[in-house]
Parts: sequence; C-alpha cells; structure tokens
Amino acid sequence: MTTYSKIYKSTLEALKDISDNSSIMIDGFGAGPGGTPQNLIKGLKEIGSRNLTIIGNTAGITMATGIGIKEGSKDIDISILIDNNQVKKIIASYPVAPSPSILTSFEKAFNKNEIELELVPQGTLAERIRAGGAGIPAFYTPTGVKTELANNKEVRIINNKEYILEYALKADYALLKSHKSDKIGNLIYKGTSRNFNAVMASAANITIVESEIILETGKIDPHHIHTPAIYINRIVKSNE
Amino acid sequence: MNNKNKLPREAIAMRVTKELHNGNVVNLGIGIPTLCPQFIDPGKFIMFHSESGVLNYGEMASEKKEDTNLINAGGQYLSWDNPGMSVFDSAESFAMIRGGHIDVAVLGAYQISAKGDLANWKLTNRKSGNIGGAMDLAIGAKKLIIAMEHIDKKGNIKLVNNCSLPITGSKCVNTIVTDIAVIEIINECMILKEILPGWEIQDVQEITEPKLIIDKNLKEIQL
Repeated sequence: MTTYSKIYKSTLEALKDISDNSSIMIDGFGAGPGGTPQNLIKGLKEIGSRNLTIIGNTAGITMATGIGIKEGSKDIDISILIDNNQVKKIIASYPVAPSPSILTSFEKAFNKNEIELELVPQGTLAERIRAGGAGIPAFYTPTGVKTELANNKEVRIINNKEYILEYALKADYALLKSHKSDKIGNLIYKGTSRNFNAVMASAANITIVESEIILETGKIDPHHIHTPAIYINRIVKSNE
Repeated sequence: MNNKNKLPREAIAMRVTKELHNGNVVNLGIGIPTLCPQFIDPGKFIMFHSESGVLNYGEMASEKKEDTNLINAGGQYLSWDNPGMSVFDSAESFAMIRGGHIDVAVLGAYQISAKGDLANWKLTNRKSGNIGGAMDLAIGAKKLIIAMEHIDKKGNIKLVNNCSLPITGSKCVNTIVTDIAVIEIINECMILKEILPGWEIQDVQEITEPKLIIDKNLKEIQL
C-alpha cells in the first residue's frame, strides 16, 4: 500500500497560493448546496485573493433564494466572495434568481456594473470545461445558433446544419466537493452532486477537493471511482 | 372575453401528458411542466431526465428523506427509491440532450413566433436572464412542447409573428398547449388543432398574432 498522500492539514494551507487575478472553477449545480465546496469557498474568502474570475453554473443564487436549503442550515455559496469584493468576472449559465424580485449579491453588483458576466448555455459550459480538460481547443455546437449568444462567433455549416464555434475553458484552480476520497484523490460523488465536479476536475492547473469521507488508498473499488486520482492535486477533509 | 373559462395550470399539464408515449425519455422545465408526472397514465413507462444529472427519477422525496445530493434542475429534492435511476455528470447530461437522446422536452415560454422560434430566457426589464439548460433543450430534444398560458398576466400576446425578446432557439417549437388551445407548428405555420369548449375560433385568433390555420379535424381539447 502506498503511503503517498495529497491530504493537506487545513483548508487555508490548501488554498494559500491562490493569487489575485486567478481563474477558479467552483462546483455546485447552484440550486441548493449539493456538490458545493462550502469550506473551500469560506477559505477563499479568508485568503482574500481579489480580481478573481469564477466559473460555475450559477453566480450564487442559493443563499438569496433559499432554493434547496434546509431550514436552519447555514449553507453558503459564492455570494460571500462577491460581497467581499473579490470577484471581477463570472462565467455562468444561470446567474440570477428565477424571480426578478429577489436580488442576489451578483445581480446587485451586476446592475451597478461592478462585475462582468459571460453568459453561457449550461451544456456549452459543461462541454467547454470538458474540452479544456481533454485537450480539445474548440468545438462546433448547435446550441445557441441564431440567438444573441451567437453574435461574433464563427458559424459553420456541417451536413446542411448550422453550428457555432465555442472555445475550451481552463482555469488556474478548481474547487470541488466529493463524498469519498482516498489519500491519492480517487473520488466518489453522491447523487446529482457529481454534476460539474467531475467535469471541472480535469480542467484546472491545480484541483483541490474537499471530501466528506477520506479513506485509506485501496479502500475504494476501482469500478466505483468517478474521478480518477490523476486529476486531483490537493485534498482536505470537509468539516460539517 | 376575459370572463370566458380557461384551463387551470394542472389541466394544461394533464393535456401535455397525452403527448408523452410509452418508453419516452422526457425532460420537464420549471413551472407548468413540473406538474405533468402526476397525470401520467400508470400503464405508461416514462423516463424523466433532469439537467442536474439524473435519469429515470421518480417522486419528490418525503420531507424526512430530503437529500441535498439528489435534486432536479429546479432544486427540488428527489426520492432515492426509484428502480432504474442513474446519476451522471453535467457533460454527459448535456450529451444526452444535445445528442438527440431526449424524446420530448416540455418548457414554458415568454413568446413563440409563427416559425417556431422560442423566447423564454430574458425579459427586457432585467439586465441578465437565466439560460440554464433551455438553449440546449430547445435544439436538442426530438420534440419540443410548450406548456403555457395563451396570454401573459398583463394580457400581452405571446404567440407573435416575430419574437421581440431574445430567442432561446430558432424554429424549434413543435406543439403548444395553452389554457384555451392546442396548436402545432408545421412548415412555419400555426395549426389550430384543439380548442377549449366555449371558445370560438375568432376568439382564439384575437389573442394570437399569426394567422391560424384551422385543422380539418379541429376538436375540443381532450383531457
């Protein structure tokens, strides 16, 4: 059994080299706290790096809307980074609350032109991240054709159908949440919390995961691993 | 005309379920579409897909069994107890959608044009809207059904010659089920297939901007 370990003693230790102007992928479907690395987000606030570009499905709608939050819980999302003036730009598919009457931290800042937004359809976002991790620089997709999101994008007709060119997305860091990890970073997610986690794992220079359970290496059946250890650089225990 | 009877949201959902066939894979958007499952004939096997990364989900979780790790795209908790359910990541979830593996998507709409353009992600009085999975579903599902009220709460017409709002997809809508009519879009024309009892064709036309073509077998809405 290997004694090699990617476990960091503390969240802050795992995050401390994140400098200003970094791009960071952060998981979470955004409709509720499932899959969101809440301890890493709190740690990033404490580290205080600024001018960040955050890539995620939403721009943080859980705290403001209460969607998917159980009564009495203290779940957080990336809104705490926006409130702390750390975020320059958001790349997301679902940036604002479903109801216009609820203003999230992002929408308040966006309405005051204090933050930039790159709006991307959810499937295109997932595929851009997947491509980034898989060494594919760009791809053609039918999603968004003839919409305002196709403005200034290259169009190509393939087999009589129109497609637009979308570029891969990579980031300096990815912050993930897993259910189980072994000491070298083989991961298992629970239920729908796999969503962007498993895609982002491969697309960053440094991938940091907080895991609910950490097991000895060898204790996870190879057939059951969702993200192989090759993509994971740092592991911390997720404190409840 | 406002005092005429209209179908409640549940009845619109009930009519939509008649379009879902045994063995279909179906994705339901937020709003009226979410009401559909309760009206499905128990003899039909429908596999529901959600963008959040789950296929063949069943009922909502009971309050005691809510798990933040099992949600649909609207953030509602799903039950773990559905035989044959599978979970997967977002790239795979959207490969299913974009790759043409979803038989039917049911979405809501702000506007639909005669050609079948759909606008459902952004209103003019808000600086940003939410796209989520709508653009992928609009072009990826084999059949796109829209479930909605025929006009909006302020009385604005939603079936229009050309969408004034930013579109979600071009020429993608197949069938529209409203609170007064069922309309199909064929060859860039709106065909009136079914009408709610108590409504005349001209009443429906008055709140529909494109010229409706009346189906030879025009029927009363079948629930």
